[in-house]
Amino acid sequence: MSVTLSLPAVLTRLTDGARTIEASGATVGDVVSDVAGRFPQLGPRLRDEQGNPYSFVTFYLNDEDIRFTGGFATVVRDGDELIIVPAIAGG
Amino acid sequence: MTAVAVSPRVRALPLRCRNCGAETDAAPVAICAECLGPLEPRYDAARRLPTREEIASRGPSLWRYREWLPLEGDPPYSPDTGFTPLVEVPRLAPLLGVARVWVKNDAVSHPSLSFKDRVVAAAINAAAAFGLDTVGCASTGNLANAVAAQAARAGLPAWIFIPDNLEYGKVVGTSVYAPNLVRIRGTYDDVNRLCAQVADRFGWGIVNVNLRSYYGEGSKTFAFEIAEQLGWRFPTAVVAPMAGGSLVSKLGKGFREFLSAGLVEGELPRLYGAQASGCAPIVRLVERGDGQLIPEIPDTIARSIAIGSPADGAYAAESIRQSGGWAASVSDAELVRGILLLAETAGIFTETAGGVTLASALELARQGHFRPNDEVVLCITGNGLKTVEALSGSLGEAPVLAPRLRDVADLVARTSPSSR
Repeated sequence: MSVTLSLPAVLTRLTDGARTIEASGATVGDVVSDVAGRFPQLGPRLRDEQGNPYSFVTFYLNDEDIRFTGGFATVVRDGDELIIVPAIAGG
Repeated sequence: MTAVAVSPRVRALPLRCRNCGAETDAAPVAICAECLGPLEPRYDAARRLPTREEIASRGPSLWRYREWLPLEGDPPYSPDTGFTPLVEVPRLAPLLGVARVWVKNDAVSHPSLSFKDRVVAAAINAAAAFGLDTVGCASTGNLANAVAAQAARAGLPAWIFIPDNLEYGKVVGTSVYAPNLVRIRGTYDDVNRLCAQVADRFGWGIVNVNLRSYYGEGSKTFAFEIAEQLGWRFPTAVVAPMAGGSLVSKLGKGFREFLSAGLVEGELPRLYGAQASGCAPIVRLVERGDGQLIPEIPDTIARSIAIGSPADGAYAAESIRQSGGWAASVSDAELVRGILLLAETAGIFTETAGGVTLASALELARQGHFRPNDEVVLCITGNGLKTVEALSGSLGEAPVLAPRLRDVADLVARTSPSSR
């Protein structure tokens, strides 16, 4: 499955300035692994050493928080959009 | 991004990551480029700190604590925010089973009647330091009011994003200042995520997104004022509402800073957190004690604190447990009774979050968390006139009489002696 990954600006120095990356995989975790393989410095920003998401980095698949849909095991479909957002304050 | 000349009068402090310790220059960036952890201002440990007398001689605003705020120089905006009343409420003490109870009353905060005025005062001056000519926020209502009011006074355009189901008072209390107000179909967590993308795209000063490092420090002044207004001492316990979780951890930070500055001696207060049962991820984290916050989809009338994925939830839970405190949640019916009880005992009309705070304090008392010699401060962070819908059906109808003395006399005779 081909997915578009959108990164926060603070991480784009690790992707040669790219804000969006085309990536592939069957699940969100696979997509993250694919990107981590191609951008080795970016990988540790997206998941911990055990391969799990950090508590302060949230992934949204088509605007849905993946913590409600199965985390990294969430299945992706062709054309999905995966957005990465660092945790932010309340209001 | 549009930028104007950086204000020569004010400078923002450099930053350090709370997770990995990486240091960066001052910038409208709240996220560590190394690990994506939250950035916090770096204060010069060798800076000169004022004495009690110097602080007491300054004006009655949060800027009397300027050495603990993340700006140097002369902040140009919002000079009058802070220093709200600390009101003792003797009638609540027996209900909580403690010696004394006070309300720290940010329901009358200047200018927008909630504690969010404090954080916006810090953030809008950080925007000035960076030369940002547009500010904004993601908000459950109170922050929207505070940003809109303070941006209007500062003459800055504002872009404000709120969920589309907020109380009428919160919407009017924003739109009256003529910001660019946008209602988003979704929860606050949806709005928050959108604003992170907006801040990235447009480079505005979104106070609780890219200015968050500076914004959060304004919350500490709530703790500073409690200590000063108690006569330079700490209460034994503080109860605060929790939404994103920032206030309770910044209360702890504020108390610790006054202790280490030698301004106050004695034991730090125990911190207690309050949430509505329909959105209580931080309370449940405190109860579990495992450090892994589980997000929730909010379902409560306490919309101002309905944040299902609180960014500072883990820090809040850690602050609470380290202080020896605890957390409790209450139903919507209980929070309404809390609003009414505070009004009837303290003469203070608070919004839903304040009802949650008092009702949770009663629940904590019932669970045995307070001691007979405790001195408790309740943090009342918002005004009841903003959420009058919450009281629909809870208040009796006032009688309508003809303008005749006889009718009034009849009514007085029918009214129970204790109410006369």
